[in-house]
Amino acid sequence: MRFNVFTPPHLRPPASVSAMMREVLLALVPGIAAAAGFFGIGVLVNILVATVVAVGAEVVMLRLRARPVSVFINDYSAVVTGVLLGIALPPLAPWWLPALGSAFAIVFGKHLYGGLGYNPFNPAMVGYVVLLISFPREMTLWLPPAGVGDGPVGAGEALTRIFTGSLPPGTELDAVSMATPLDTIKTQLGMARTLGEIQAGPLFGAIAGRGWQWINMLFLLGGAWLIYRRVIDWRIPAGVLGALAAMALVFWAADPDLRPGPVFHLFSGAAMLGAFFIATDPVSAATTPRGRLVYAAGIGVLVYVIRTWGGYPDGVAFAVLLMNMAAPLIDTYTKPRVFGQ
Amino acid sequence: MQDKAYFDIAREGLWTNNAGLVQLLGLCPLLAVSATVVNALGLGLATLLTLVASNLTVSLIRNWVRPEIRIPVFVLIIASFVTAVELVMNAFFHQLYLILGIFIPLIVTNCTILGRAEAFASRTTPGRAAADGLAMGLGFMGVLVALGALREVLGQGTLLADAHLMLGDWGRQLTVEIIPHYQGFLLAMLPPGAFIGLGLLLALKNVIDRRLEDRRRAVTAAPHRARETRGGATA
Repeated sequence: MRFNVFTPPHLRPPASVSAMMREVLLALVPGIAAAAGFFGIGVLVNILVATVVAVGAEVVMLRLRARPVSVFINDYSAVVTGVLLGIALPPLAPWWLPALGSAFAIVFGKHLYGGLGYNPFNPAMVGYVVLLISFPREMTLWLPPAGVGDGPVGAGEALTRIFTGSLPPGTELDAVSMATPLDTIKTQLGMARTLGEIQAGPLFGAIAGRGWQWINMLFLLGGAWLIYRRVIDWRIPAGVLGALAAMALVFWAADPDLRPGPVFHLFSGAAMLGAFFIATDPVSAATTPRGRLVYAAGIGVLVYVIRTWGGYPDGVAFAVLLMNMAAPLIDTYTKPRVFGQ
Repeated sequence: MQDKAYFDIAREGLWTNNAGLVQLLGLCPLLAVSATVVNALGLGLATLLTLVASNLTVSLIRNWVRPEIRIPVFVLIIASFVTAVELVMNAFFHQLYLILGIFIPLIVTNCTILGRAEAFASRTTPGRAAADGLAMGLGFMGVLVALGALREVLGQGTLLADAHLMLGDWGRQLTVEIIPHYQGFLLAMLPPGAFIGLGLLLALKNVIDRRLEDRRRAVTAAPHRARETRGGATA
């Protein structure tokens, strides 16, 4: 009789970085497909350009730093950075916008800090914020989703705009662009209109902005799958969304005419993308179980604060970067007690 | 310290002990007014003047000031010169004066100036003290202008824009458009651009220093070169 003797460890080894990153990419697919369906081919071009440049910058930086290129390029982390940045950009962005943001994210956000595992900030959000504060005009140029007005511009017009910088004659940028639901609410509240009046507009659907609600639901779906696969910790999305919803509930209950409710906030802008895919970055997030809840709740509160009282319509990127900064401190104060001590 | 050679004074101020890149003193004005070359040059010159004058004065009176009260005396001297410089700029470069604003009076608090007065000028001859002020001031101005040039080119694609503020009307033709039809890169003009730019300059200086060091070592260690391996390349 033969005994099979297995040497320890008996637990399944944890997933490798590249396997995790591949699952993240897979989980992004439904949301990306929805975004491309509602906002046109520009979404895909952004993702493609950002990813190609991110991988290129990664190779160049690895060479410069005399690190083995093949080992690090196969972990897909640069691809994830590029894809996340690409999703976040407006669909008519000129091609150099994702390229520049992506290069900045990899070079300044990641490799100058020492590469994957050493970056205190989420690289994709570093790239996004650099673009947001440097090119406010390009970064706020959103399109109406399919089904609203004329919908997004056609593929040909979008590609012309992206690669030549101008639309074909006869189409005006102002005519084809439209503010996002969050932006609309912010500007129109400033014009002393009530929420009921604003949300009767064509941009708004059953629970949040048209198009946006579906994109957010599909990112929620992908995120739920990541939790099921144990790629991400449930605490971070739960904390982000819980805090965002709690803030929205309190202020909505106090003033339902001026403050959108929790459901609207959860399914608007980058809420789901941020909660499941951006805040969960294992490098820049807090690492202790309780710390993750604190970190995530901080992001949720900040997103609400920036959306409601800040200068920008959405605040996921700023919220994530600010809490990235606080993550080491949070970890220090929430370190679990060593058993027996 | 008394017999420090003038060459060493110059080399320290301009490179090896540069106020901006090595001592990292005076970072507040360095980061705040280096958005364009002209701003940087204006503040750099004002600092240079103050530094030379205060170093010279401090050195002249060094034997008559009791050590217990030397710091307040130095600050008073520096503040007097800064006031003079400020009045001169207000009179002759009024536009530039308005742009630089609070950062001209703030030269008083620039650590470089008090640092040089305390660490060097109060212990050496007036000639050396003035030379040190000149070298340190030029070194600081060099960093300011380099950072200003970097940020101006990246931020708005020009060099020496608004030079007429400093040089009068003929300065207008000095403006160089490095990148035509540039849309501007706002980050470079904003505070993050100053921090990132200074970081890049620091890195550049370290790279240059390391190259020089490598070359020096290669020359002195020439006979043993065969056994030497380049460290770090295998990592």
